[in-house]
Amino acid sequence: MDYAIVVALQIATGVATLVIISLGLAVVFGMMRVINLAHGEFLMLGGYSALLARGAGVNLWVALLVVPPLAVGLVGAIVERLLIRRLYGRMIDTMLATWGLSLALIGGVNMVFGNSISGFSAPLGSFVVGRFHVASYDMFLVVAAVVLSLAIWAVLRLTPAGLLARGTMQNPEMAAALGVAPERVYAVTFAAGAALSGLAGGLIAPVAGVVPTMGTAYIAKAFIAVITGGAAMLAGTLVASGLLGTVATAVTFLSTPVFGEVALLAVAIVLLRLLPRGITGRFLRRAL
Amino acid sequence: MRTALPIALALAVAVLAALLLPRLLELFALINATVFVSMALLALSLGLVWGFGGILCFGQTAFFGLGAYSYAIAAINFGDSTAAVPIALAMPTLLALGLGYLMFYGRISDVYMGVITLTTTLILNKFTNSTAGDEWRIGSAPLGGFNGIPGTPPLNVPFHPDIPLDPEQVFDVAVICLALCYAVAKLVLRSRFGRVAMAIRENEVRAELLGYDVRLHKLGLFALGGAMAGLAGVLFANCVFVSPTMFSLSYAGQVIIWVLVGGLGTLVGPVIGAILVQLLTTYAGTLPDLDPNLLLGVLFMLAVVIVPLGLLPTAQAVLPRLRRRVPA
Repeated sequence: MDYAIVVALQIATGVATLVIISLGLAVVFGMMRVINLAHGEFLMLGGYSALLARGAGVNLWVALLVVPPLAVGLVGAIVERLLIRRLYGRMIDTMLATWGLSLALIGGVNMVFGNSISGFSAPLGSFVVGRFHVASYDMFLVVAAVVLSLAIWAVLRLTPAGLLARGTMQNPEMAAALGVAPERVYAVTFAAGAALSGLAGGLIAPVAGVVPTMGTAYIAKAFIAVITGGAAMLAGTLVASGLLGTVATAVTFLSTPVFGEVALLAVAIVLLRLLPRGITGRFLRRAL
Repeated sequence: MRTALPIALALAVAVLAALLLPRLLELFALINATVFVSMALLALSLGLVWGFGGILCFGQTAFFGLGAYSYAIAAINFGDSTAAVPIALAMPTLLALGLGYLMFYGRISDVYMGVITLTTTLILNKFTNSTAGDEWRIGSAPLGGFNGIPGTPPLNVPFHPDIPLDPEQVFDVAVICLALCYAVAKLVLRSRFGRVAMAIRENEVRAELLGYDVRLHKLGLFALGGAMAGLAGVLFANCVFVSPTMFSLSYAGQVIIWVLVGGLGTLVGPVIGAILVQLLTTYAGTLPDLDPNLLLGVLFMLAVVIVPLGLLPTAQAVLPRLRRRVPA
């Protein structure tokens, strides 16, 4: 019984991690059709900004949850202004440029901080389920994933800014005719997506370890979760993360983490074969 | 004539390179040159599939790595590379046929196709990474997990396993292979099959309404690209060795970069792109106090913003204009 509970908790953690690392990418790809291959490096920058803030004596929670989104949001705004803005509507070129950005960020951070793993010890300790100890921080990640998803939903659905953003994404010309500046909406959306990626980097820093190349471990998974999700970015990413995360964690328990990852990728292929437009191409079409 | 001339040129350049470079370069540089040629062939295969078939394949390295692994395993088991090479061409072709069937007959479109191909190569990466230990061996060839298969046997004179090729000869074989593959690609594109494939790239719906089987043409081109990438893998395995890195995300990304830098929609462009970028990467690796990734990354960003079409098409557009300015 306690074993079953532990497995369930681990699955929840796996899904939550996938949701957390995918949301930033989902916002940028779902709203702007920009494939940001530097998403993983935005996570990495989030991790490093948390590390620096902590080193400067900032409170741990502020360092993990407040500093990374602000820092990486700022980086995102700069990147949008200098690079992404020139490439709207050219999906492949954006991909190439952000891949270059990803390399440059890895190289730059490597020169400044060196190629060594630094990290935090996960806060909050652990609690006991029967014979097992479960890290409380894992449960914090689950809560964080839920809160983040709800927050994005609320901003897009309930605020005037969200309405403007959704309208601009659907029809930029019409939005412009109605007096909204699409470039400004894009800029803010990209910065917001970057901030989400940064926050994700801060959140996973205590469990992942911070290295210049940490982003590469996540980019493929996040990318696959977002694409498998399909057109409705929030609902799609959540459902896809739920499904892929469950499969990956369950298989990890049955065999090894490697086969967990292989199972995740294999399920994504089968899913796309059955639902060529992603999960929300068939189900939950009206969702956000 | 429009096909014969480029093919003759390519073969001439290849023969010239095969004769001259082994005399000019030192052994280490020559082996490096062979690696570049194998990468150029990989880029050519993606340039064919993506630039002319419009098939966005993020995972061309799946065929590259599979070709190399098949070659190494077969060559170790047979003790002779004669049969290993056809096997190394057949395995990636079969994978391309299977994957292509799944994608084209499932009517999966661009971005999703990219994800599926990328995912395939990542699966192979994870899988080969986990094959350390004695239980993972095929015949007498251990798969070696993260370390790969260090002792990949070199190519030998067909049916004479006791006469292995030396690095100079491997280089010659590589250059000739590249030129021949270029010729094959050129001829295929000139044929009826190739023209239909290009028509599909331009407008899939229209080609289909005109009665062409879109799925079959894409599948054929994809399989040809897979076989070429497999051959590139064999050449690569001959000068480096076979390891899971061949399936990694960074390799998969690099191939795309080569093609885009050189010029999508050309065959020579990807070859030039691969060699230039590799030269640059090697050079950047020798610079002190500068991380090569930083330099490369900045250059790619600049390349996208300044020469978005790729080097070759940009040169083709710019050169005639310059010539016109000079009064004859």
